[in-house]
Amino acid sequence: MERYLARLYARVSIAWIVAAFIVAALLASTGAQAQDFITVASTTSTEQSGLFRHLLPEARKALGFDVRVVAVGTGQALDMGRRGDADVEFVHDKVAEEKFLAEGFGVKRYEVMYNDFMIVGPKDDPVGAKGRDVISALKKIAEKQSPFASRGDKSGTDAAEKRYWKMASIEPPKGGWYRETGSGMGPTLNAAAGMNAYALTDRGTWLSFKNRADLAILVEGDEKLFNQYGVMLVNPAKHPHVKKEMGQKFIDWLVSPAGQQAIAAYRIDGEQLFFPDYKP
Amino acid sequence: MHDILASFALAVRLIAGGDPELWRIVILSLEVSLASAFFACAIGLPLGTFIAVRDFPGRHAVVVMLNALLGLPSVVVGLVVYLLLSRAGPLGSMGILFTPSAIVIAQTLLVLPLVAALSRQFAEDAWREYREQLTSLGVSPARAVPTLLWDLRITLFTVVLAGFGRGASEVGAVMIVGGNIDGVTRVMTTSIALETSKGDLPLALGLGVILLTIVLALNALAFAIREWSAHGHG
Amino acid sequence: MADIFPLRARSLTVRFGDSTVLHRVAFELADGARIAVLGSNGAGKSVLLRTLHGLIEPTAGEITWGGSAWRPREQAMVFQRPVVLRRSALANIEYALAVNGVSGPKRRQRAREALERVALGYTAERPARVLSGGEQQRLALARAWALSPRVLFLDEPTASLDPRSATEVERVIGEIHASGTAIVVATHALGFARRMSDEVVLLADGEVAERTPSARFFTDPETPEGERFLKGELPWNGISHGSTRA
Repeated sequence: MERYLARLYARVSIAWIVAAFIVAALLASTGAQAQDFITVASTTSTEQSGLFRHLLPEARKALGFDVRVVAVGTGQALDMGRRGDADVEFVHDKVAEEKFLAEGFGVKRYEVMYNDFMIVGPKDDPVGAKGRDVISALKKIAEKQSPFASRGDKSGTDAAEKRYWKMASIEPPKGGWYRETGSGMGPTLNAAAGMNAYALTDRGTWLSFKNRADLAILVEGDEKLFNQYGVMLVNPAKHPHVKKEMGQKFIDWLVSPAGQQAIAAYRIDGEQLFFPDYKP
Repeated sequence: MHDILASFALAVRLIAGGDPELWRIVILSLEVSLASAFFACAIGLPLGTFIAVRDFPGRHAVVVMLNALLGLPSVVVGLVVYLLLSRAGPLGSMGILFTPSAIVIAQTLLVLPLVAALSRQFAEDAWREYREQLTSLGVSPARAVPTLLWDLRITLFTVVLAGFGRGASEVGAVMIVGGNIDGVTRVMTTSIALETSKGDLPLALGLGVILLTIVLALNALAFAIREWSAHGHG
Repeated sequence: MADIFPLRARSLTVRFGDSTVLHRVAFELADGARIAVLGSNGAGKSVLLRTLHGLIEPTAGEITWGGSAWRPREQAMVFQRPVVLRRSALANIEYALAVNGVSGPKRRQRAREALERVALGYTAERPARVLSGGEQQRLALARAWALSPRVLFLDEPTASLDPRSATEVERVIGEIHASGTAIVVATHALGFARRMSDEVVLLADGEVAERTPSARFFTDPETPEGERFLKGELPWNGISHGSTRA
């Protein structure tokens, strides 16, 4: 009897698995056929803040097609556009974006929204960075050589951070206290939490970051900390396959009152993260 | 520690409660891993067996290359597939970058050398035992391949399980060629990576528990099959 | 169509690397004949059978079947340890038939008949691997017989078997011969050799020491090697056990 059961079990498993293979093979291959979507290259900080989770379902309802976001660092996102692997760029590094336009890879840059950066750090603030002045905070951190976790990954946040150091005349920051993780905002905050270090982060990622350990917001509200997001259609002249109608529709929706409202409506714990600022 | 336990409890709740996002990710993972295991085995099992039974010019080089591919870092495979499938690359016009198909391709390339190498090993041992008698019966080496595949079906099934497990565990290559797109190419492993980096442990743990359970179940199944075949089935 | 007999080997030499396993061996097999190949371990019995059957390529010398170098398919071989596939006994025979071009319902029928002929009908649906050693060997014989071979080579077919199974196997071989198949059997079992052969070829150190009708060999061998072999004193691998060559 036992032998019979074992045999049956084996036969059923094999049959099921064979069937599963075939089904899976079919599914995986047909899944790619659907063409009604656009690919948006965006940044990890935007993704990790949860904005797209909130925004994209509304976009789908309004537009009738899917918006697929590939979230990588700003540098990599723009490179994707250069290669033609994205239809729309949604990043936050004005200098890099204008370079992208100048190279002819983008059609037109729309300012869509901003959020702000902050400096977070150990809540007992050993260097006395707390306040509204980001530059003086960075100077104090460098002077006291207090641990600082940096992204170092060509992202918009990283580019902004490097600009602040430059403004503080500390360029480039060097020493064992300055640690580049080469990764996204989340992992960098993880590293900062682990090292009890200071870091520059965007509000969105911070608000949805759950592993804060002893970190707290220390510097915010400085005008310099405002972080502008821009959106561009990848130039179909350079990449004819770009889905220009759908891409443009998405951009039009983002800057429309409906889209701008959707952006403003996104909150974490009641706090607004992104501030729509499109001016026609 | 309290945090981890709390997260763990939340994770169990997500699983038991049938959280739709969680299960969507699990099902997508199973689909792509099953598909890649299927393709890798469809090619790799006969390939490995053929190499075992047939001596041909360059056979040694093929064996060495297979073993080298085994040791290939998976992110390198991911990078290569990415470059191939990118619009700027040779296969760009297929438009399958950042789709599940790209994941299936990358995973298949990773699993194929494993399946071929393992099946070659088993087939070689079996062929040593069978060669004379089968040749005497008039079976050519090529004809012997399907015979060995069927005869070794129990053992080769464990190879299939190993291939599936390898595919299901892949993170780096899947991240690169899939883009980890929410709802489209986000699988268990890339989800765990993302949620962990966001510091959102419950979902990551929940997925981790499921992934672990699947891998353990596969290994248990493989073990049970080996035991069952060794005693009494023949 | 020309006849495949006699099977003739001339000056057959087989070398593996540095060692010469067969040296200038002559061999002849007529249609329906029964030859026992005897010799101590390492004398070259197994290699001779495999070379004649076609599993090993000779280093020198020639093998002809009915005067032609072409190797016919109507021959089969059974080994000391029966090799059966992981499928039912019946399926094992069907496999051999399928490989040799028999298809359709005829295949199943012939396979069943083959099993019945060796009194294994009751094992038809059983996995071949769970059969006893003697049953597996009879299955191997049934499989070979199903192919209607004109020659059957057997390499120590009873060496791994208990006496009862050996007797059953012996009977089957006898029946196969009675149905018209020539038999070439390498063996250590002298009684078996005596009953199963009309002629004895004695190998020593890779050379043919003697070739004598069985009726005479076991009581009155023609050569000193023959005598020493029967007394159990033949050197193994060229190393003498004490007595010098006369």
